[in-house]
Amino acid sequence: MGELLRLATAGSVDDGKSTLIGRLLYDAKAILADQLEQVQEASRRRNGNGKVDLALLTDGLRAEREQGITIDVAYRYFATARREFVLADTPGHVQYTRNMVTGASTRTIARSAVDARNGVVEQTRRHAFIASLLGIPHVVVAVNKMDLVDYDEETFDRIVREYATLAAGLRVGETTYIPLSALHGDNVVDRSEAMGWYGGVPLLEHLETVEIAADRDLDHVRFPVQWVIRDQATGYRGYAGQLAGGILRPGDEVKVLPAGTTTTVAAVETFDGPLEVARPPMSVTVRLADEVDVSRGDLLCRPGDAPRVARELQADVCWLAETPLRPGGRYALKHTTAGARAIVDEVVSRVDVATYAADPSATELGLNDIGRVRLRTSRPLAHDAYADNRTTGSFILIDEATNDTVGAGMIV
Amino acid sequence: MSPDAPPLSHLAALEAEAIHVMREVAAELEKPVLLFSGGKDSIVLLRLAEKAFRPGRFPFPLMHIDTGHNFPEVIDFRDRRVAELGETLVVASVQESIERGRVVEEQGPRASRNRLQTTTLLDAIEEHGFDAAFGGARRDEERARAKERIFSFRDDFGGWDPRRQRPELWSLYNGRIRRGEHVRVFPLSNWTELDVWQYIAQERLEVPSIYFAHERAVFRRDGMLYAASDFVELLPDEEPFTASVRYRTVGDMSCTGAVESTATALQAVVAEIAATRITERGETRADDRVTEAAMEDRKVAGYF
Repeated sequence: MGELLRLATAGSVDDGKSTLIGRLLYDAKAILADQLEQVQEASRRRNGNGKVDLALLTDGLRAEREQGITIDVAYRYFATARREFVLADTPGHVQYTRNMVTGASTRTIARSAVDARNGVVEQTRRHAFIASLLGIPHVVVAVNKMDLVDYDEETFDRIVREYATLAAGLRVGETTYIPLSALHGDNVVDRSEAMGWYGGVPLLEHLETVEIAADRDLDHVRFPVQWVIRDQATGYRGYAGQLAGGILRPGDEVKVLPAGTTTTVAAVETFDGPLEVARPPMSVTVRLADEVDVSRGDLLCRPGDAPRVARELQADVCWLAETPLRPGGRYALKHTTAGARAIVDEVVSRVDVATYAADPSATELGLNDIGRVRLRTSRPLAHDAYADNRTTGSFILIDEATNDTVGAGMIV
Repeated sequence: MSPDAPPLSHLAALEAEAIHVMREVAAELEKPVLLFSGGKDSIVLLRLAEKAFRPGRFPFPLMHIDTGHNFPEVIDFRDRRVAELGETLVVASVQESIERGRVVEEQGPRASRNRLQTTTLLDAIEEHGFDAAFGGARRDEERARAKERIFSFRDDFGGWDPRRQRPELWSLYNGRIRRGEHVRVFPLSNWTELDVWQYIAQERLEVPSIYFAHERAVFRRDGMLYAASDFVELLPDEEPFTASVRYRTVGDMSCTGAVESTATALQAVVAEIAATRITERGETRADDRVTEAAMEDRKVAGYF
């Protein structure tokens, strides 16, 4: 049985992103006959010609099909003999930042499409920034429409240099460049005959083989307690949760945060029985040797390796709501399994995601803005920097009046 | 297992995610319920609930929306499974909704109780004060579902607004609602049909016998095979015949089609699903064939 690879794709209007996804799914035999028939029928009705519009595959909502735009993140699933893929396809235009952050937050790999004729454009710079901000470990730059530049090696090399230059100032993950033509299928699933000069592998093979094991943090134990399992009849008491970092074994000494008490792991269990070793992202139940006070929102770690515990945070926040974030704003905050109230002390700066320039004179964050913010919380939170742990380093902000999710925070 | 063992298998990763989702709901909502139809997806949900909450009891009851047109094999299975688990089952009946005048029975050979279920479901959610309902829907099933969140917000009319979905970031789910609103929660969002069958095989889960090939009196309509039963009126040119069939999905007898199959055991079913070139809903569900946006329209009205 293969591993699960979570992939996000991003692109701008007309760079052939939908065609590329369609080609990938089609050549990987992940489009079923009735789905293709549906798309053919819808294409006929809309375009009046025989051209099949593969974008209709992912545009699942009536309004999307009627207006010919993608509104929301769409998820597609396909498998090869080696891996199973969950692909989050994020729209390129409307609500761009909000959608890409949503689609990419849980991803291991991001694929950014670049039109070979245009090279690195503003949208490419945005993708690179967001991929870097979200700490996505692997990036694929798909240089598409190579057929329209005569499969020219020099054009590809120039785009690689341009991208490498912009990525140098960011924390972009391991980056792979692939020249391809989605329209003709070059280097998507099958190796291109027209680009013999390309020494790498086609896109699908790269996705199947990219090394993802090293992305897991096995060094720092982070176990947010999610739910306390009790069985009155036997007096059983276990702390259930999903391991967010490190390796947990019976006999390990652990510290309970924020209280700071220490105890020992008596057992690590699942419904299927006790485990010798638990590793992320397993959902397990931990039993402790001593009767200590532990509840939802607490975090277990190793005593010598505790995360920060504080009521004051600095974070990069991506703002998702029409009503801007301003100093003095109060929100509900959700961090791992802990809830708190938060107040905005200061907007430190706002970043221009196309030029990467930080504007320290900014006083608010509007819809789709990203900026550095200082927050205070109603209770201490045990947290890491997002760069160190994506689970214990992230939070969301919720508007208490509308209950909408309005902000995505990455702790610095 | 050693620390440098390879990453979790895709099924283990999907399982861990689903368990996390179920525990979040139990912790953050007041009165959840798990919708159990006796179908394969909700059978997997029950196993995941055992994994999430045993040795404790489930922190929610189970609920079946009974159309009265179910396959008898499925109802037998439902009752047996609930008894084994020792958990509580609430049955909300479409027949009662009809008798109380909440809905009007469709008439004619193409009549189905599929749409009527929505009213029964929403009435039951309101009557019991449920604020979260687990469902077994998956994003790979249908393209409107491919756009739906794992925590899917429903307004006080039970409706889904695809244009106003909450962004869902990392594994931080926002389950905050006002009185009268509820969330539908889909722990299997990222599973495919094949994942479900592989999981059933891995966990050795029992499924109703109609999922395996059996001889049945069927008739052909719109290119699909339907069971001949008291619940369906035949059209003049329709003639029942006996065929070896199995079901890929379990819904009403009136709107669920069978597929011709000789797969009598689990491994043969898994092999069949792996090789199929047609989606399960495309092959077997009349309810999705009404219009291009049939599922989206029903979801907006409060359907599963």
